[in-house]
Order: sequence, then structure tokens, then C-alpha cells
Amino acid sequence: MLRVIVFAPLIGATILGLFGKKMSERIIALIACSSIAVSVIAAFASFSKLLSQTPDAAGVRRLSDTLFTWINVGGFQADFAFMMDPLSGVMILFVTGVGLLIHIFATAYMSGEDSYYRFFTYLNLFMFMMITLVLGDNYLMMFVGWEGVGLCSYLLIGYYFLKGYAGDAAKKAFVVNRIGDFGFALGVMLIFYHFNTISFIDKPGVASVFTLATKLQADPLTTNALFAGGLTTIAILLFIGATGKSAQIPLFVWLPDAMAGPTPVSALIHAATMVTAGVYMIVRSNMIFGKAPMALTIVAIVGGLTAFFAATIGLSQWNIKKVLAYSTVSQLGYMFLACGAGAFAAGFFHVVTHAFFKALLFLGSGSVIHAMHHDEDMRNMGGLNKYLKITFFTMGAGTLAIAGFPLLSGFFSKDEILWKVRSSTVLPGSLGTILWLLGLLTAAITAIYMTRMMVITFFGEERFRNVKHDDHHGGGHGHDDHKGHDDHGHGGHGKDPHESPLAMTLPLIILAILSVVGGFMGIPEGLLKFVPESLHHTTHAFYEFLAPVITTPVIPGNGGEHLAEDHGAELMSTILSSVVALIAIGIGFVVFKGKPMLSMPSFLENKYYIDEIYDAVIVNPLKSISTNVFWKFFDVGIIDGAVNGLAKLVNLIGVGLRQMQPGLTRLYAAFVFGGALFLISWFLYVFSRQ
Amino acid sequence: MGLEQIFFLILAVLSVGAGLSVILQKSPLYSAFSLIGLFACLAALYVSLQAQFLGAIQIIVYAGAIMVLFIFVIMLLNIRKEESALDKYKYLYILAVPFAITLAAEIIYALRFVQEPTFKTEKPMIGDSQSIGYGLYTTYLMPFELTSILILLAIVGSVVLARREKD
Amino acid sequence: MVPLSWYLALSAVLFTIGAVGVFVKRNVISIFMCIELMLNAVNLTLIAFSSFYREISGQLFVFIVMTVAAAEAGVGLALVIAIFRNRQSLNSDDVDLLKL
Repeated sequence: MLRVIVFAPLIGATILGLFGKKMSERIIALIACSSIAVSVIAAFASFSKLLSQTPDAAGVRRLSDTLFTWINVGGFQADFAFMMDPLSGVMILFVTGVGLLIHIFATAYMSGEDSYYRFFTYLNLFMFMMITLVLGDNYLMMFVGWEGVGLCSYLLIGYYFLKGYAGDAAKKAFVVNRIGDFGFALGVMLIFYHFNTISFIDKPGVASVFTLATKLQADPLTTNALFAGGLTTIAILLFIGATGKSAQIPLFVWLPDAMAGPTPVSALIHAATMVTAGVYMIVRSNMIFGKAPMALTIVAIVGGLTAFFAATIGLSQWNIKKVLAYSTVSQLGYMFLACGAGAFAAGFFHVVTHAFFKALLFLGSGSVIHAMHHDEDMRNMGGLNKYLKITFFTMGAGTLAIAGFPLLSGFFSKDEILWKVRSSTVLPGSLGTILWLLGLLTAAITAIYMTRMMVITFFGEERFRNVKHDDHHGGGHGHDDHKGHDDHGHGGHGKDPHESPLAMTLPLIILAILSVVGGFMGIPEGLLKFVPESLHHTTHAFYEFLAPVITTPVIPGNGGEHLAEDHGAELMSTILSSVVALIAIGIGFVVFKGKPMLSMPSFLENKYYIDEIYDAVIVNPLKSISTNVFWKFFDVGIIDGAVNGLAKLVNLIGVGLRQMQPGLTRLYAAFVFGGALFLISWFLYVFSRQ
Repeated sequence: MGLEQIFFLILAVLSVGAGLSVILQKSPLYSAFSLIGLFACLAALYVSLQAQFLGAIQIIVYAGAIMVLFIFVIMLLNIRKEESALDKYKYLYILAVPFAITLAAEIIYALRFVQEPTFKTEKPMIGDSQSIGYGLYTTYLMPFELTSILILLAIVGSVVLARREKD
Repeated sequence: MVPLSWYLALSAVLFTIGAVGVFVKRNVISIFMCIELMLNAVNLTLIAFSSFYREISGQLFVFIVMTVAAAEAGVGLALVIAIFRNRQSLNSDDVDLLKL
């Protein structure tokens, strides 16, 4: 049954890939969306079957679907199999659901493109890979999906490959991802080394990784543990993989550049699904991380810092998609912060809510870009709330959600993270409080820049009327860009911007509803007293449902345990974060309504020059070493030299030996004579010994 | 030192001298003459070894027929002096000395294993034509016949090879 | 009585001279004559042994050797004439078609 979810998109991709060139846009759209729709239906059906499944010994409900034993070598066994448990069940629901909405959006957004079919082939392929990643029942299947989504990300970012920067961005994404994947692969190998299995679930004769891990002693909280080759090393290696895939410091540099791809791609891959794969992986491995406090500390610190720095950069950007990209990096930082503080469930809840509102925001920005004839610069927008009403309201909902406006989905997830960080049972000393304050500050900045984005785009004077329209827009515009994907604004048409078609606005509305009410399935314990008794179960359902697969680690002596029980403090923290959010939204509104063109310090706008630093420190030295040492010295000098030298040596030997055959009879006779002498002496020797 | 030994030594010296002269002479004609001298010495040695028949044959066949053939050819090809062309392979001369010494030493070393014969009854050696003919036509008939075929081949071969091309 | 080993030593010396001559001389006819020298040295050995061991077969063998030497000299000289016609030179260094 699970295999239907996985293979429906693959079938779609295959059909589109092989035959799509000749199909009309409508058929392509139909095939693409229906394959995902099949996945969605199968996912919901499996999920409801999961709910009625009896839990196994550890209290976990599971559905399995094994296709075949893929590798069985020595002690290493990896099945080509899928597994749905509460964690992957929830993930697959929103991956397929949001995926379907984005597919529908894209059918209208990408309309009129050349190679329309190529887009949907890759998009379906991506869904197949992502579902494999989520539903795989061992680390190897997850890695297959992991690599696959990386590939599809490359293909999709580079969709407009005729523009130079799209291809570069795609390569950058792939290469940076690869660096992370190296860490991930090492982590999986180390897991096998320790546990002799890489399976998530118990198989006959072999226990799962997690069953074995829970029996182990926790590693100590020392930096030595990082290199000791034990659980902490595994955890850190896995985290390096997550850093690459989920764009944390130091491997986040690919995500802003990935905005070169079409907007639906940004929505699906770089907001809702692929980038959260790293978080999913860490939540899946929570049993391992729970025994590795040093790793958790590092995860929390990296997450917190990433959240903060990305938010500051987002404040200064003028391209609407770049703002959202940095926002994604920042929110991912929150998720890792939560995981690092031991609150895996809270982090995962933020994954779910973030998928809703971030996809919404990206699709909404796509709608705006579409209306602006593919101009993405916010300086050329303004006053759009008159023309794009649906987009305005839905994006407004999304912005309020991400800013943490009380009672929206983002509020519940972000607030829970902040509280769990503060009251962490894992982080040492006062690190929890420091990170909590950092998180609070970042939340404020988030609210400010998201409000800024809304205000500059939708309020104020209609700056798009002032955009000069360039002459080359007339005839002679030979290359494919006229269909509309270059950055020049064509706002000077004099025509008003129009709202997008239903195929684009319907997903926006659905996602907006989800962003608003989605939080109500995960109300934390501390606030349950405000909810009527009868609804306790429903509103706390998220955490209850995930409880069997996620264990909250406890490092004794941190003091957080006591704090975690203090519901009063939790309430105070909630109120504090609500107030901060509201004030920040207000500040953003007031400041930027008045001065929309207010620009931030240039080091922020230039993203702390991180790309330039990487270029100078890593890329260019590597290139020059490759050229001068490896190419000129090794390849040409040594390897070619050895091969050519061998040939020359053979040649020389030949020249030398040739002297023995000069055609000179006398010399031959001399050789015969010499040989005869040798033989005679040999026989004399033998004879004399008798 | 008996008379026999003196005789032997004189002949030995003469033959070695003739041999050296063969290889040291520049003109092939003089080499041929030295060779004839050598054959004569050897014939004398054969006779002293009671191989009278062979001594005679040696003079008749070798010195009388073969060497005449050689000299005829030299005359026909009009060779005067050995061409004094530049010898590119002088190193062979240098190589000759150690080779020679080695070979001579080895062979003389081998003489250690030679046993002087002793006979209970003194049997005389007879090397006259009767005993040779006797052996040739009974025990060694086969080699005899084969050599006659060989001579036939040589006749035909040399005629064919030296024939002028008729065009 | 002349000891056997003296005859054999003489033969050895003559053989060595002939062998050295083969690769020292440049004229092909001279080389031929050195070959004849070697053959005669071997003849001497055979006759010496035949005489000392009172065997007639040594002398018979010499007989055969002489015959073969004669045949070989005939054919060889024919070859020399053929070579001379081709190359106009009797220098063995000039007959080097086997040169690599």
C-alpha cells in the first residue's frame, strides 16, 4: 500500500519525461497533478489505517511495506522497504498535500513556458525522491531519497539553464549539498559500525538502530566526545549532513541563490519539503541524539546563530524571494534550535506549520511576481492591495503566522520552541536562557522584516508605474525571455496589475486556512487549561501522537527539569513572546509605511560578504591548487610523465638492443663464439665436479 | 728428448706459425699460401701418427683441390689487397684477445681428463688404405653413401649459384 | 713417445687461431680460410685419438670430414661469387641486409 504513495509520482515523471514533449499543456498538467493526487489519497488512506493499527511493544504504531531485500552482504542488510509510523505519517501528509497544492499553482504559473513538460517531469521526480526519503525504513533508503532530492533541486534550480546564473546557482546548491552529504554518509557508516544495522525498525533477527541505541549509556558532555567515534560523533556527522541539506551555518549559502529557479520550485523544495529533510532526519534519529549532549549543544548553538543572522540579512533584502529565502534559513534555525534543546516534537511541529505558511508566502510572492510581469524587486512594487486582494489577504495571514501573531499556527509552534529552549533539560548551564533570549530577539526581527515585506509590497505609492519600460521590449527580442522570466519590469504598460487565476489563488486560500487553524492541534500542556476539557485530546493530539517515537532526553543536573514543570513560567513566556511579536509587527508597519525605501546597512545587504569570504578562503585557493598542483604538477608532470617516460624508456632500450643486430656477420660470429665459450666452461664445471 | 718429440715440436711450431700467418696477413692470397703450408705440416703430422693414407689424401684434396679452388676464385674476383676501408668495429679486435686466451685455456684445462691409453698387448696401428677401405665399406657404409649424395648436391648447388643470369 | 696431450694442445691452439680469425677478418674469403683452419685442427684431434686408441674409426671420420669440407668449400665459394656480383665488394661488413 505504501508503495503507491512512492511510485505514483515516479510513474508520472516517467510518462512526462518520455512523452511529454508532444503533449499539450493541459494534458501535462493533468498527468502531473493527478499522480500527486493519487499519492495524497494513498497517503491519507494509509494514515487512517495507521491510526487503527495496534501499537507494537514499544507503543509505536507502524505500517510496513517491503518490496525486496536490496543488499544483503556480510552483516549488512538493507531492504528496499517503506515504513509509516507517526513521524513519517505526519510528514508524508503535508509533503504530499502541500506538494499537490503547489503543483496546481504551478500549472497556471508556468503556463506558456517552453519545455513545460520538463518542469513537471522534474517536479514529479522530486516528489518521488522526497517520499522515498520520508518513508524509507532504513538510513540507506533515506540516503537514496536524500541524494535524489538534491539532484532534483539541481535540475529545477537550473531550469532556466539558458541564463548563466541559474546554472551557477544549481551547481552551487549541488556542490554545497554534497559537502553535507559526505558527513551524512560517514555518519551512516559509523552507525553501521556501532550497531551492525541501519534499519529504523526491528527486523526478524536484527534489532533496529534505535532499540539498540536506547540501551546505551549517554556520552559525556565534553568536546572529546565529538571525536571519540561514539554516539556523539555519529550525531555530529549526521548534523553536518543536515547543515548542508537544511541550509544552516556554514552551508546555507546555496539557498538564497536557489531563488534563481521558478517560484513554485522555491515554494516546494526550498521552503516546505527538501530543506526540512534535515530536521526530519534529526528528529528520526532522536534516540541517538538524545545520548549525545555535546552534539545537541552544538546543534542548538548553530541553529540559534543561523536563525539570528539570517533574520538580520532578511531585513535588508530588496528582492521579495530573497527575503523569503533568508526567512526560511532563519526558521530552519529555529527548528534545529528546538532539536538541540531536546524538544524534537516542538521542532517538528514547527516543520509542519512552517510548511503551511512558508509555502503560502512563496506562492503568494509568485502571484505578485506574476502580476508584476516577473519583476521581483520590491522597490518596483507598492500599493498592490487594491489590485491583488486575495493574494494580499492570504499573504497577510501567512505573515502574521510567521511573525507569531497569537493563536495562529506559527505562534503555537514558535512559542513552544522558545519555551522548551528556556526550560531545556539538555543544554548546560544558562545556555538555555541565552538561546531563549536570542530566539526572542530573532522573533522580533522576523516580525519586523516580514511586516516590512508586506508593507513595501502592498501599501504605499504605486512605484510600479514609475518603472521605465525598456525599448528592447519591442521587436528583435530574439531569445526565449519574452515569455516573461527576465527581471525587467514592464509595469509601464499603464495596465493595472491583475489578480491571478483560480488555479493560483485556490492553493493560496487553502494554505492560508491551514496557517491560521493549523496550530490548534498542537497546543502545549501549559496552555491546556484555557481549553475546554472535551477538546484537550484534540488540541494536544500532535504531541500525543508523536510521543511513542520521540523521547525527550534528560541530562540530570541542568536545572531545566524543574522549570519544565512550572506552568506559570510557561504562561509568562507565552505572553512575553506574544507581546514582543505584536510590538514588532507594529514597529514594522509604522516605520516602513512611512519610509518604504529605508535601506539597511550595506554589510547586511551584502549578506555579511559571506560568499566573497568563501570565494577567497575556499574556492579560489582550491581552484589554484587544482590547476597548479594537481593538474600541472601531478597530472601532466608525474602521471603523463610516467606514461610517456615509460614509452621513452622502452624506446631507449630498443635503441640499445638494436645495436646487437647491425647485420654484421662478424659480430654475430663473435656472439656465437662467446656463447660457445660460456657453454664450454659450463660443461667443464659440471664435468669436473663428478 | 727423443727424435720424435723434436720432430713434433718443429712441426708444431711451423703449423702454429702458418696459422697465425693466415689470420695476420692482409692479402687473401698470402693467407691462402700460408694455409697450404699449414696443410703440409699437418700432413706430416698425420703420417707420423700412422695415418699415411689420410696424410696423402690431405695433400691431394685439401692442398691440391680446395686451395686451388680458393686461389682461382681470388684470381677471378681480382682481389689485391684487403680493402683498407675504415673499420668501424675495431672493438672486435680488442675482443679477440680475451676470447682467444679463454678458449685456449679452457681446452687445455680439458686435457686434464684425457687418459693416456695403456694396452695389455701391443697392438700396432695400421692406417693404410686397406684398413680404411675395409671400414668404409662395411661398418661405415651409410655415411659413405650419404657423403656421395652430399657431393652431388654440392656440385649442383655451386653450379646454380655461380651461374651467370641469362636474361 | 710424443704424449697424446701435446697433439691435443696443438690442435687446441690451431682451433683458437681459426676461431678468432673468423670474426677478426673482414674479407669473406679469408673468413672461409679460417673455417678450413678450424676443421683441420679438429681433424688433427681425431687422428691423434684414433692413433692412440688404435681405432680406425677416427680416421674414417676424418675422411668424411674432408669430404664435407670440400663440398662446403665449393658451395661457399659459389656463394661468394654470387655476393660479389651483387655488391661489388667482398667486405663482410657490406653484406648487412639483416640490419635492424
